[in-house]
Amino acid sequence: MISFTVNGQPARVDVEAEKPLLWVLREDLNIVGPKYGCGVASCGACTVHVDGVPVRSCSMAASDVAGKMVVTIEGLGQGTLHAVQKAWIEEQVPQCGYCQPGFIMSTAALLKANPKPSDKDIDEVLSNICRCGTYSAIRRAVHRAAALLAGAP
Amino acid sequence: MAIIGGVAGGGLLGVGFWFARERDRLGDRALFNVKPNEAGLSGWVKITRDNRVIVAVPRAEMGQGVQTALAMLVAEEMDARWNQVRVEDPPENGVYRNVDILIDGLPFSPEEAGTVVDIAHWMAGKLGGVLGVLATGGSTSVRDAWHPMRVAGAVARDLLLRAASRNASVPVGELVAVDGEVRRKGGARVATFGELVDQIGELSSMPVPPLKKPSEFKLIGKPLPRLDIPAKVLGVATFGIDVRRPNLLHAAVLNAPTFGGSAMGFKVKGSLPKGVETVIIVPGGVAAIGSSWWRANKLLEEGIEVQWQPGPEPGLDSAALWRRYEGLMQDGKPALTRALGEEKKPATVRPLEATYRAPYLAHTTMEPMNCTARVTRQGDKNGVEVWMPNQSPTLMRMIAGKTADVPQAEVTVHTTFLGGGFGRRAEVDLVRQAVTCAMAMPERPVQVLWSREQDIRHDYYRPMALARWRAEFDTSGGTPKLVSVAKRQVAQSPTDQFPARVIGLPSQGKPEGNAVENPPYAFPSYKLEAVVPDGSVPVGFWRSVGHSHTAFFDESFVDELASALKKDPFEFRRELLAGKPRHLKVLETAAKEAGWGQPLPAGSGRGIALRASFGSIVAQVAEVAVTDGKTLEVKRVTCAIDCGPVVNPAIVRAQMESGIIYGLSAALYGEITLANGAVEQSNFPDYDAVRLADAPTMTVHLVDTGASSVGGVGEPGTPPIAPAVANAIFAATGKRLRSLPLRL
Repeated sequence: MISFTVNGQPARVDVEAEKPLLWVLREDLNIVGPKYGCGVASCGACTVHVDGVPVRSCSMAASDVAGKMVVTIEGLGQGTLHAVQKAWIEEQVPQCGYCQPGFIMSTAALLKANPKPSDKDIDEVLSNICRCGTYSAIRRAVHRAAALLAGAP
Repeated sequence: MAIIGGVAGGGLLGVGFWFARERDRLGDRALFNVKPNEAGLSGWVKITRDNRVIVAVPRAEMGQGVQTALAMLVAEEMDARWNQVRVEDPPENGVYRNVDILIDGLPFSPEEAGTVVDIAHWMAGKLGGVLGVLATGGSTSVRDAWHPMRVAGAVARDLLLRAASRNASVPVGELVAVDGEVRRKGGARVATFGELVDQIGELSSMPVPPLKKPSEFKLIGKPLPRLDIPAKVLGVATFGIDVRRPNLLHAAVLNAPTFGGSAMGFKVKGSLPKGVETVIIVPGGVAAIGSSWWRANKLLEEGIEVQWQPGPEPGLDSAALWRRYEGLMQDGKPALTRALGEEKKPATVRPLEATYRAPYLAHTTMEPMNCTARVTRQGDKNGVEVWMPNQSPTLMRMIAGKTADVPQAEVTVHTTFLGGGFGRRAEVDLVRQAVTCAMAMPERPVQVLWSREQDIRHDYYRPMALARWRAEFDTSGGTPKLVSVAKRQVAQSPTDQFPARVIGLPSQGKPEGNAVENPPYAFPSYKLEAVVPDGSVPVGFWRSVGHSHTAFFDESFVDELASALKKDPFEFRRELLAGKPRHLKVLETAAKEAGWGQPLPAGSGRGIALRASFGSIVAQVAEVAVTDGKTLEVKRVTCAIDCGPVVNPAIVRAQMESGIIYGLSAALYGEITLANGAVEQSNFPDYDAVRLADAPTMTVHLVDTGASSVGGVGEPGTPPIAPAVANAIFAATGKRLRSLPLRL
């Protein structure tokens, strides 16, 4: 049994220690916001927060999550829209939308660590893949989210 | 995205055929899943008691904004308020068929005319009507829906006005629809749309009222917010991989390493692990089925030995294939030959010849391939239910029925959101495997998901292609003059393979339509020879299909012509487009907005390319910087598009950026190679895509030339980017790159 917290709720799962967090979330806890894209920590579609740090959940073993706090796209706004999600809607970012939970989680973590990132900071941190090519909208939305978090209307 | 490639046109006959029967595509009011508290106004739209307008969108939302764009067409004519509009997937019915997509599949260049072309267009339209194919691709959705969905909106408005008139005893002539309400002409509200749910009843449909003039549009032409975005931002949009049904099983697949191979048998090492219930042979491979996809996939990767029956070319490798293509370039018999203009033979001639190469490409949609199916048995009656991110429910239903040996009527297909499509999701391999798995586990839904490795190694690839351009210049008068150009190209044909593998039609050996479109330039003489090789490598529809490689060949060579004539590449194109005002305006807009001709630092350069595809014309200027002769940076891309009437400019811009990034990923990194009959690449680390750090700054300019025919936008942004970048590299370094991907 492995115990941890997901989106504020306690979770206990009976899985192999090596089972990746992504598949624990999707198969054992029915939390399907984090997406499978590559399984090798390359594309970032599976990004969640573990103790506040962005993690590619396809490559983190369940045993490494024991006792930790996991937040997925479903829990990011805690019942309301997170500033990053608001900015994503204002800037009309998603196209197919599949990679966006990963981008949104990566951005939320980025802005926590660096509330006013430059384009270069954004490029360095957001290494996720979007095959629809929403990158310029993402750049705009990251700046907009930073402004919203700083109190902009 | 194209299912069947080609350029718009549609042909006057095709369009006329449908205009004459616009009521055919209106559909019965009861058709669109009308529930209590709702009233159907046609097969395309219903209203609800809580004042929502629900539009039927029978096309796959794969990011191109189709739900929003099609709903706007209905909402415009019925004068709905945008924030009351919702969309729903309608049941499968011929009313919702995509007519344009079949017309587009024909191997003609759009400007070709004549009896043969007209008959073929008419036949395709007719066939579309008879088959009633629901499909999304070829950038056809808005082109196909532009008329029938506006008609549906106008008919709905007419019904609402007459219902309100009868209910309030006000002459219908004194009523108008505004913002989701029926009002008196003076302004007083008579009823909201929702209040009229019970008043539609037995009102009969009248002749179709006249459609609005473009100057009367209130929604069309505005960057309205997309309907699908909130769910996608909240993480609650359901993609195929997210389908959850009671008693769901998961299945992973290992496909035969060589194309056309199959599994003869297998041996699991040890006993089946917890989480895996069974392993079975499926078409093309083996599937492990159980409660955990992760465990099932791990078993296939590490714990099983499969006896494979190899495909027909188990030893194939890329070098041998290029040699074969080079042989065909020399002496292969063309499947299509075309000659335009008159070839003159001047006294002294200087030739220019250049050979270009484009590799196989995988689609790598962000959502790996998947399909969920359930087979139920009641007595001797079987039923199949399919949940799938797909580009053609009609084909999926057909193949599901065939696989389970069940009549079509017993098959239901639910189309989820698509985590990318790009043409890959028109293919039927996944539905075959999923239904096969579901037959082994009756009554239980089985979700087949491929790993990314399977997705890249078992795609239907953009064809590898070889092209040789040749020009002749008359040098007798001092300044050389262009007298003729000729292209010979070798490439497999997706439109030839697709019907063969899906419905068993015999191969026709014909080239794919987009790959043989004529360049728009006024060359004195133009010749085309297209050789279509056999081959076991499966090829399919990759965003912009044949344009994706031929635009690179054609637009690179036009640059080489300019260079040989010592002309500016933009000015040279202008000269050759003198008779094409739309193309010219698009080209000039891109050049002007990019600052064409303004100085750049050393090591930097601009390249221009133009391509008309899917009814739209796009020009792009790429600005690159090359450092140390080896590091390439694409800094800026300026794009201009004329797509005719614009439904939603924000979506058009987004699709141009999307097409640019997709094409740039291929231009910079995309290459699928073969060794021992199998694909060598397997995942993003060796088949990479453009990421934020390499994404150029992009600006998109919508050009209005007053054209009234609607063009597509999902694909036309892709073709020009590779040649624009290659041409920019030449401008920056003097180095002409003739092979994709572009490597310095």
